[in-house]
Amino acid sequence: MNLLRNILKPPIKSGFYHALISNHNNSPLLAKTHASHSCVSRFESTKAKQHARLCNHEEEDYDLNNFLQGLDFPGGRVAFTTQMKFISEYPEKRIPCYRVLDDDGYPVANSMYEQVNKETAVKMYENMVTLQVLDTIFYEAQRQGRLSFYLTSTGEEAINIATAAALMPDDVVLPQYREPGILLWRGFTVQEFANQCFGTKDDYGKGRQMPIHYGSKKLNYITVSSPIATQLPQAAGVAYSLKMDKKKACVVAFTGDGATSEGDFHAGLNFAAVMEAPVMFICRNNGWAISTPVTEQFRSDGVVIKGQAYGIRSIRVDGNDALAVYSAIRAAREMVIREQRPILVEALTYRVGHHSTSDDSTKYRPPQEIDHWRTARSPLGRFRKWVQRNGWWTDREEDELRGRVRKQVLSAIQVAEKMEKPSLTELFSDVYHETPSILNEQEKSLRETIKRHPQDFPVDVPL
Amino acid sequence: MAVMLQSVGMASISATFPDLSDKFSVRCSVPVIRFDASSVPGWIRGTRKAGKITAKAVAAPSENASSAASKTGHELLLFEALGEGLREEMERDPRVCVMGEDVGHYGGSYKVTKDLAKKFGDLRVLDTPIAENSFTGMAIGAAMTGLRPVIEGMNMGFLLLAFNQISDNCGMLHYTSGGQFTIPTVIRGPGGVGRQLGAEHSQRLESYFQSVPGIQMVACSTPYNAKGLMKAAIRSENPVILFEHVLLYNLKERIPDEEYVLSLEEAEMVRPGEHVTILTYSRMRYHVMQAAKTLVNKGYDPEVIDIRSLKPFDLYTIGNSVKKTHRVLIVEECMRTGGIGASLTAAINENFHDYLDAPIVCLSSQDVPTPYAGTLEEWTVVQPPQIVTAVEQLCQ
Repeated sequence: MNLLRNILKPPIKSGFYHALISNHNNSPLLAKTHASHSCVSRFESTKAKQHARLCNHEEEDYDLNNFLQGLDFPGGRVAFTTQMKFISEYPEKRIPCYRVLDDDGYPVANSMYEQVNKETAVKMYENMVTLQVLDTIFYEAQRQGRLSFYLTSTGEEAINIATAAALMPDDVVLPQYREPGILLWRGFTVQEFANQCFGTKDDYGKGRQMPIHYGSKKLNYITVSSPIATQLPQAAGVAYSLKMDKKKACVVAFTGDGATSEGDFHAGLNFAAVMEAPVMFICRNNGWAISTPVTEQFRSDGVVIKGQAYGIRSIRVDGNDALAVYSAIRAAREMVIREQRPILVEALTYRVGHHSTSDDSTKYRPPQEIDHWRTARSPLGRFRKWVQRNGWWTDREEDELRGRVRKQVLSAIQVAEKMEKPSLTELFSDVYHETPSILNEQEKSLRETIKRHPQDFPVDVPL
Repeated sequence: MAVMLQSVGMASISATFPDLSDKFSVRCSVPVIRFDASSVPGWIRGTRKAGKITAKAVAAPSENASSAASKTGHELLLFEALGEGLREEMERDPRVCVMGEDVGHYGGSYKVTKDLAKKFGDLRVLDTPIAENSFTGMAIGAAMTGLRPVIEGMNMGFLLLAFNQISDNCGMLHYTSGGQFTIPTVIRGPGGVGRQLGAEHSQRLESYFQSVPGIQMVACSTPYNAKGLMKAAIRSENPVILFEHVLLYNLKERIPDEEYVLSLEEAEMVRPGEHVTILTYSRMRYHVMQAAKTLVNKGYDPEVIDIRSLKPFDLYTIGNSVKKTHRVLIVEECMRTGGIGASLTAAINENFHDYLDAPIVCLSSQDVPTPYAGTLEEWTVVQPPQIVTAVEQLCQ
């Protein structure tokens, strides 16, 4: 009996990344390896990976005889039990959260993480500051009536930048809308951000979308689309495309906590798991979906636990800890590409800002709570302490940076405000690959109307 | 009714201009390019192989200079023609892939994708879990990153679950991204009223999708145009929805051996005439042709046009016909309210009002869910006697 048990036990893999794979029950009998062999009823190009489905019983209940006499059903073999036991709706202990730095920016004892060199750390910090300043000023600009709409990522700078730093330029990103930091890291300039928000003629979106709906094919960042979670099934498609091209890159799809209630979340994750798509799903669980707190969004232990339901490996990470996010995403990316499987990362954080400029969150949550997260739990403060303690950053550089970025952003806004809007032709182009005659007619008709009533049309739109 | 499902004596469908004698390379200066942008769109250039190309399908009536050409070619059923078109495109372009429920080793519920998985592997012919919004979204994501996916809705009605992806993303992302991301995807599947399939399986989705900007819609009705439209749809850079009909899959026809691609924006002249223009598409074409036989016996000369392109309408061909006959009858399977017929009526009234001698008549299904009972189902679809009566009234 013991011999058989040893054979059934999967080999313990060594190495940093493999050690990260564990089951919170710590049952050694849960098979983590996947026998990969071609299923005979399928064709050559995909190898159906068969999961060795051993039962997930506590040690005491396990009975080898029961397993060997187990029940053969479609989907695999299960041992049977005579105990009618319901799986609890909530685990005994919540899934723990991976963090590296404590609230004061000191590495926690025994924390395992990927070392970050000075160059990367400073670049990360600078980008986080830039993002924060950008958000603050654009938000103010909207309040002053210079912008129609804006949405900040305040409080989530670590998720934005640390993730960007951990990815490679070839990785295709499908954002929700609170991830402009990825673009910032990849080289989108402050002026380019302003152009999109103000809908100028230099906007890559040609003035067609609301502010913050950035998109850049060059930087592998798919244009933001307002409906929630629609990018999740698309992520599986992008991954499918990468798989066909056999590229050594992955897809990164972001969502918030609210998006996990959408049907597309279920469909997207299920698909990715079945298709063995190299997608990293990053859920920014910031506690709020406009005014809906997570307690009213789902009743599970957050989002990380949903991963196992789809057969997706997952991890919960402290989203306000830049080093933890960096390490976790690096590890996840490696697994995604090497094993060609999806991974779910739940980054716990807090939405410090309002949902958007159309929202006043003090109406549904206490201002003290917001303040606490903005100051004591700020991802910037924590990371800054660590960087400064390493001798890589000074207060003077901080002031310089903030001053410089502020000037940059203000100037970008001024330039964008004065810039011409896209011409009338852009109203009708790109609907189709080539503009069809019916749209040409409609354009002609509109131009005639404008000619007849010029006073009724905006003057700053070139014809 | 059984005659509907046989090849309705369509041997007259020839694929050449009347003055062509034998096969020779036709400079595809097809006179009906609708898009003003270029003179000869790339997709037509792309079809030119050394020697033999057959240009757009114009069904000339019996004076058939190319009866020789139609004796060559091969006979097949409509679903096979779709499969053949798909297979040829997959051979030609490695980026073309297929996704849908049961399309892989099962070959598709209507066998359109039969044997494709065997030939191209089950990564390129992908079986997906049951989530229409998911595989539609997946196709959009794949298209944005360079592939050319063809997705199959097992029944068009199920694609209502994918409406958000089709309308908000498929139709829009090319526009909202400023032209950065193209979505060359094809969405196809069987729709229309079948034989007692019940309301949920008898949807006419062309009504619901016609407003979505950024997509094109075409409906096939014969094996010849099914294959040609499938190929054109795959080669198009725009998202195209190809509407097939459940009851037309077993139509048999002889189609050319040579490669051909049809235009997505053209209507098909089924029967030239003088007295009245009858506009129709998909299955209703056969009801119209049956009514046409009766009408001819009664001394009428109807002109029958299969509009094929549901979005955009081929107003050029339609307009020329209206200018000739001055009377229009639209026969469709959509419901009265908000169907293709309703839009077409508006478009013709707006553009060709001066040429009409009588108000446009539109025969459609009633605004009811399709009943299961066979007799009720028959009464909800437009039948040939109604078409005959309508023409008689129109031509008074």
